[in-house]
Formats: sequence, C-alpha cells, structure tokens
Amino acid sequence: MEDIHQFLRESASGDLLPWFAQVSAVERFGISHSDVERAALSAGLLPLRYQRNRNAISVQDQLTLCRSRVAVVGCGGLGGYVIEQLARLGVGTIVAFDPDVFEEHNLNRQLLSSPGWLGKSKVIAAAERVAEINPAVTLVPVHAGYSPENGKELLQGAQVVVDALDSIPTRLALCETCATLGVPLVHGAIAGWYGQVTTQFPGDDTLSRMYSRWVEGKGAEQHLGNPSFTPALVASIESAEVCKILLGVGTALRSRKLSINILDMSFEEITFEPPLAS
Amino acid sequence: MKITVKLFATFRAGRFAVQMQDCAPGTRIADVITALEIPESEIGMIMLNNRHADPDHQLEEGANLSLFPLLGGG
Repeated sequence: MEDIHQFLRESASGDLLPWFAQVSAVERFGISHSDVERAALSAGLLPLRYQRNRNAISVQDQLTLCRSRVAVVGCGGLGGYVIEQLARLGVGTIVAFDPDVFEEHNLNRQLLSSPGWLGKSKVIAAAERVAEINPAVTLVPVHAGYSPENGKELLQGAQVVVDALDSIPTRLALCETCATLGVPLVHGAIAGWYGQVTTQFPGDDTLSRMYSRWVEGKGAEQHLGNPSFTPALVASIESAEVCKILLGVGTALRSRKLSINILDMSFEEITFEPPLAS
Repeated sequence: MKITVKLFATFRAGRFAVQMQDCAPGTRIADVITALEIPESEIGMIMLNNRHADPDHQLEEGANLSLFPLLGGG
C-alpha cells in the first residue's frame, strides 16, 4: 500500500496541505478526514485551512488540538458559538449536550438556529454544521440534558468541559461531576448586556462559591433576555480559555472572574482571594 | 467610617458604578444593600475586599464592597 505520509508530502505545497489533497487521501486510502488530518500533522504538514492559526498555534499545537476531546454542555446561545469556534480551531472531538429543539425565540442569537431548523434537535444541527465546516472534526451529539448519571460516562476522556448551560442547578451539578472526574470547567453565563466567564480547575470551588446565594429559579436573564452579541462575546472568551488549557499556554481565568458589561463597555477582573481562616 | 461600594450589571441602573460611602461603625453589608433598595434575593454574589462575604458581615474602615446580580443564562 502506498504510504500515506509520502502521498501527503508529495501533495503538499511546502508544508501546507490543500483541501483537495485531503479529499484525495480520503478517497485513495479509504480513511476519514480526521485520519488524514492526524497523518498530515504527524508528518509536520499543516492543512491549509489552519494556515491563519499560525503562529498563534504551531503544527505541533494543531496536532494536540486534533487529538483533543472537549465537551460542550448546552447548544443554545453560548454553545452554538463555542462549537463553531472549536470546530474551526480544529479540536478533534466535540461532545455536545442539549435536550432541546430550536424554537422561534432562539433565532435572535443562536448561531445554529434558522427557520428551517425550527422544531429540530440542536445537537443534530451542531453535528451537521460541524460536518459542513470542518469534516476532520467529529461532533458526538447527545440529545439529552446533562445529568450526573449520563455525565460521568459522557464526559469521560474530555480534557475540558464547557459550561454553556442556562440553568443554575444543572451548572452546579456539572461542576461536581467535573470535580469528580478531575476535568477543568470553563464557565460562561449571560443576561442582557452582561456576562461573566471564569475557569474552574480540579480542586477549586469557584463556581459553588459564586452561586452560593442561589436558592431557586433563573438569574437576571429571565427579565433581560439575551441579545445577539452577548453570547457571541462570552462564547469567544470561553473558546479561548479552552484553547489555552488544551495547549497549556497563557494564563487562564483561574480564581478570577471576568465581569463583562457591554452597555457601559467595561470589562472587570474580579479576583477571588482564598477565604480567611476562621 | 468610609467604605467603597461597587455595583455591577443591572444594579447600576438608576444608582451608580462606584461610590464612596460614609457609614456608621457597626454597619453590616445587609444595611448597605437595604439602603440601596436592592432586594436581597436579587444579590447573586457579594465580594468584600476580594473575598466572598455574607450580608450579616460587619464592615470596617476602608472596606471595598462589590455587589453582583445573579447571571445564569446561556
């Protein structure tokens, strides 16, 4: 059998591998786009689609992303944008949770929604979107709400979990599962012109303390709704946190919260000092 | 005694972003919240000098108090 690395090298222009060569490799070797991408990156070749990831992300980093698995819990306002960005970034496997179908009031902000998708599953829309924009990425659709029961199995193997939920009790349950599994959790929440992002690492109690005053119901979003730009902004910061954690670069929002106010256009960093010994 | 109160998100509407306040010794966080006419049920997070705090916590000279509404949407 012809060596795939040799084929890819001969098809590359310098160290860049164009899309048509990837398609040829899929057909010639009977393997998936994901396999071709791994083979290319392992051989030091960068799929041309990632050229503009350079030099923020090296070929080696791109291979790390390709081998990564990230769970996105919630495919609504935040989740839709997070999935889009992780897929374009080249995160190899995305596990997406959502029990819902699209409704008309989602259309103002949810990236994956459109009139044609009304009444249809959000996670299936996510899978089709990802297959369309980056066939080398596998999206595993979970048409169910996250629960501690399904979470332990479905979050297994994820290097990072993204909180794109709209329910505070579910978020707190997710937080516990991530702590048990020892997985970092990137949290985002939005309401109207406002948003927040923080990242909780194993051993931290950031979220349970942030929401310690919650008793029942929803937050300010219940009255404020969510316009189009707030989820896009908060989701972008969440995606960047995921990328940094996967690559082990930069400084995550650990033990601090980014508090975003788009109305006043102020971004404030709230640091969480450890509690004083009593 | 002087304290600094910082309000976030919706709490700023009709109030302020940051304000220096003069308050009597023994003033608790709950007293400041009541004076601002913010229902305590709407308070999502209270930070006192970068640490989480409860409403019954007593304030000291130079305290930095930040009040946040609950945000939970996705």
